[in-house]
Amino acid sequence: MKKQKTAHRGQELGQELKLNPFDFLSEEIVFTILDLLGDNPLDKKSFSLVCKSFYSIESSHRRALRPLRPDHLPKILARYPNTARLDLTLCPRVTDASLAVVSSSCGPCLRSIDLSRSRFFSATGLSQLAARCGNLVEVDLSNARELRDPGAAALSGLRNLERLWLGRCKLITDMGVGCIAVGCRKLKLLSLKWCLGVGDLGVGLVAVKCREIRNLDLSYLPISNKCLPSIMKLPYLEDLILEGCFGIDDNSLAAVKQGCKSLKALDISSCQNISHVGLSSIASSTEGLQQLTLAYGSPVTAPLAASLKKLIMLQSIKLDGCSVTCSGLKAIGSCFVSLRELSLSKCSGVTDEGFSFLVTRQKQLKKLDITCCRQITDVSIAHVTSSCTGLTSLRMESCCLVSKEAFVLIGQRCHSLEELDLTDNEVDDEGLKSIGRCSRLTVLKLGICLNITDEGLTHIGRSCSKLVELDLYRSAGISGSGIQPIACGCPNLELINTSYCYAINDAALRSLSKCMRLNTLECRGCPLITSLGLAAIAIGCKQLAKLDIKKCHLIDDAGMIPLAHFSQNLRQINLSYTSVTDLGLSSLASISCLQSMTILHLKGLTPWGLAAALLACGGLTKVKLHATFKMPLPQSLFEHLETRGCVFHWRDKAFQVQILKEAELDPKSWRLKLEDIVP
Amino acid sequence: MEDLKMDIEERICTEIWPKPSSQNNLAKQVNQTQPSFSNFGLQKDQSPWEDSSLRDHGVRIGPPFSEYNQASDQIRSSLQSNNSKNSNQDGGVQQTNESLQIGKAQDWDPRAMLNNLSFLEQKIHQLQDLVHLIVGRRGQVLGQSDDVVVQQQQLITADLTSIIVQLISTAGSLLPSVKHKIAGPNPPPIGHLGQLGGILYNSGVGSNAANAKQSSGGSQKVPDQPNPVDPAGDTDRSYPIEEHDLKEEDDADEGENLPPGSYEILQLEKEEILAPHTHFCTICGKGFKRDANLRMHMRGHGDEYKTPEALAKPNKGNNSETMLLKRYSCPFAGCKRNKDHKKFQPLKTILCVKNHYKRTHCDKSYTCSRCNTKKFSVIADLKTHEKHCGKDKWLCSCGTTFSRKDKLFGHITLFQGHTPAIPLDENKGAAGPSEQGETAHGEKSKVAQNISFSFDSGSNNGGGIQDMIDMKSTIDDPSGCFSPLNFDSFSFSGFNDFTRAAFDDSDGGLSFYIPGSCNYDQKNGGQSSCSNLE
Repeated sequence: MKKQKTAHRGQELGQELKLNPFDFLSEEIVFTILDLLGDNPLDKKSFSLVCKSFYSIESSHRRALRPLRPDHLPKILARYPNTARLDLTLCPRVTDASLAVVSSSCGPCLRSIDLSRSRFFSATGLSQLAARCGNLVEVDLSNARELRDPGAAALSGLRNLERLWLGRCKLITDMGVGCIAVGCRKLKLLSLKWCLGVGDLGVGLVAVKCREIRNLDLSYLPISNKCLPSIMKLPYLEDLILEGCFGIDDNSLAAVKQGCKSLKALDISSCQNISHVGLSSIASSTEGLQQLTLAYGSPVTAPLAASLKKLIMLQSIKLDGCSVTCSGLKAIGSCFVSLRELSLSKCSGVTDEGFSFLVTRQKQLKKLDITCCRQITDVSIAHVTSSCTGLTSLRMESCCLVSKEAFVLIGQRCHSLEELDLTDNEVDDEGLKSIGRCSRLTVLKLGICLNITDEGLTHIGRSCSKLVELDLYRSAGISGSGIQPIACGCPNLELINTSYCYAINDAALRSLSKCMRLNTLECRGCPLITSLGLAAIAIGCKQLAKLDIKKCHLIDDAGMIPLAHFSQNLRQINLSYTSVTDLGLSSLASISCLQSMTILHLKGLTPWGLAAALLACGGLTKVKLHATFKMPLPQSLFEHLETRGCVFHWRDKAFQVQILKEAELDPKSWRLKLEDIVP
Repeated sequence: MEDLKMDIEERICTEIWPKPSSQNNLAKQVNQTQPSFSNFGLQKDQSPWEDSSLRDHGVRIGPPFSEYNQASDQIRSSLQSNNSKNSNQDGGVQQTNESLQIGKAQDWDPRAMLNNLSFLEQKIHQLQDLVHLIVGRRGQVLGQSDDVVVQQQQLITADLTSIIVQLISTAGSLLPSVKHKIAGPNPPPIGHLGQLGGILYNSGVGSNAANAKQSSGGSQKVPDQPNPVDPAGDTDRSYPIEEHDLKEEDDADEGENLPPGSYEILQLEKEEILAPHTHFCTICGKGFKRDANLRMHMRGHGDEYKTPEALAKPNKGNNSETMLLKRYSCPFAGCKRNKDHKKFQPLKTILCVKNHYKRTHCDKSYTCSRCNTKKFSVIADLKTHEKHCGKDKWLCSCGTTFSRKDKLFGHITLFQGHTPAIPLDENKGAAGPSEQGETAHGEKSKVAQNISFSFDSGSNNGGGIQDMIDMKSTIDDPSGCFSPLNFDSFSFSGFNDFTRAAFDDSDGGLSFYIPGSCNYDQKNGGQSSCSNLE
């Protein structure tokens, strides 16, 4: 925007002198300026509107494009001839015709294309792309669920391809992957996650033909021990993900005689057939391993830990969801030299004894995840804080036995913390005051912390100026006066969640509107918020992309109109239970990149108003609607919208009023209710 | 093949088949090198299936038949009859044909032994003379260079070795165990036994030079001939074909590791192999299709074949006990199954010989009526193929089909540049769902404000056909690899055949246009457009 102003001044000057002063600027200088332009895509738009030369400079400078509509592709690509990266994630409908346009206008310039959110293209379009854009290095075809082997075969024409994502391409079989393996010899990254049609033969061929592979994601593939030896022979393999490969067991790992020396990260989560026997054989063959993920696998016992002894380079170990024994934890503590990262999230059997022993040995720990380790107490926290003072990330959601005094220790000892998750804990204002000393905090999660009030939050706002993400979900003690210091003290704030903090009012939103970078605002169930507060946010937070104002009854069309006008980056909105009507909804159509709408239980919404709004919002990909709208509107309308790329989710829930008043407004009773359900 | 044990003493195998460029040439050559045959009419037309010619089928190695025309074959057959007639003559004719000898399963013959011994005597005398000569020379010229001395020494040693070897082999012909050791497929030390005029066992296969040399130098062995006894070298030179026959044969079945000599090697003639019979009389060689018929035939050869035991189905146990293990050699020179090959792998049965010979050395004359591409030389193979033809759905870009996916992937792993070829009807199916509402619908969507959605497809349909016809014309390539395939993908016949055309990388785009255009008519009344085409 500043640029725009200076540009205006310059234009005036130029008119006086009959000369454009910008002509004196060298292209390099303008390019540098362009490089420094911020995240908001509108900035570059303003820049290019300054004058013809700026327009052409911007056109030739831009390399990456993320178009909103495939319809505009011919014009956009003509304007930006140097496009190297094309991100089509905002275009749900990309047909073969669109791909033909892309391939003919980008040609060999194109290096990267992302089709992971697009549908409606087929092998024909891909083969055109392969024929004309031979320099493509990166192709993301994840979620192309209708793509079959011919599509994969078309990709095999891309000889220079290095990175390829095929996640969830369930119809691709060994044949298609075989074509890719033969054609794309330079592949360095290949993700076949959820490609359920691909088995040993396809993966084996990839391992034989693509010797350059560094990263290989084979999660949930029906592979067995047949292809594993050839995978392990890949000379440069660094990252191997075998999550959920049930066909891989101890025998197949034992069969891997020749280990992969280059392997740095291995993920064998959810491989239930791998025990410590298989682990010890893989550990002896992959000595350079730095990261190991064993989540949801066999129990972590002393023999398992001992089997990993040979992994001297190991820095990170993730044991999420495993059952853990005390001796197992102790063995892990004594086995490894210096772990940097440890995750025991949702592990059962983590006790003070084993865990304390572990953390006292592993003083280098930087990241620690003890989410839902419900047996640990203040003792463990005391040990963690005293020995691992260099912690940058601590996640301890729902550690219910940890008392509020322990959180004071965290603030006192761990000053390097950048990420702290205290969701559903007993932390109080005193703890928050102490945590305020962690001046590097960027992510702070205080959801369902019922003991905190505005006073504690004020301490955070004063000292944690780097805060980017703040979660106050159902922390009912917070009101507008707590948000105000946060909004003032944390200018980098991008995400804030104040859902069900019923005391949040327009004043809080007005103060938050100062946070220029805010992109996500969730204030579901804050009945005091009105359209005025929302208008302030719309005007102040231009980056806003995600807005949840469900159950903010007071918000009506008056809030929608400023939103439609100012929040041009809005992607996702939840308007359920608000007082928005046809008018407000239709006005949202002016937000060109709006993709997802949840509009349940809008009293003022008529079927025809809905139809108009849906047709007007051209970029919609996902709409949640109440089932009652299905009948009055013609089926062909929905069919038409579906061919545009929109998916409808029909809900048939009853209108909730009573629950809202009794339970949701009183978090304590809500929590009690929850505890009744989950003993 | 009992005939080997029969009473033929002299088997003259004069298979000198120098590149038979013309009949006359060949005849002349034969005349020159084999004067003893000049009496026999070379052009005598005689059936190769005569009894006499059959007798030596175990020992003759046929020349590479494929390069021979019919005429030369005739000569050959007549020659064979000559040979056999010659062999029927009494008396051990001193053969001039010096070639490799294999002490074949042969009854001891005192006359041959006598011959051998007299020859050895002669040889020893010659050697004696030579040594005398050297001694005399040494006395005269003292200042002789070391080289000459060494040369002389080598000469004598070689001659001595030769004599010793021959002595041993002569004695060995009495002992079965020794005999079989020598009778390996490649017995170098007894290379000169041929001079003994014993049982000639020619294996100088189609080697012009070697044969000529041997036949010329055979009768009068001069002592001062350089390296007179260098059998290994000789044999090496006599197998020029083997040198470039490095390719391994496909049907090298189970590595049966029989020690050479532990079995009897039989070699059938090409004509016999190609004959429609599988059961042969071991006495007269007559062929039969059924073993029972052969047994009936055998009655004519003597009373011992008339017993109920002989007429009953032969018991396996008895045979293996009494008879020597039999293995077969392919008559094709240079073939790995030929007994002169360095890595000779014998064939187990006559049926194996027949199938091997037909598969490897014959034209593939049976063509599959279904696919019209696969050819076979053994009719059983054709029948096996026809059972599965069209079911081999795993296709490689090279056009090879496989009945199993893992076989295809093994093939692709092995060969550079080969790609799995995706059958086009799969392509067709793939395009269907993903193409819902193609561009035409998209255009309509812009007009959709009035919420009247009639998906008229008449115009699309026409366009689709147009596309298809265009496609066809462009694909009309002389190479023709796409045209049958197009037809397949257009005609939605129930016959679920996969195209056998090579999946060409460079033309990948082209080949996928077809389903694209197909897709139109599939969606919008594919049947009608189909019938239009047909």
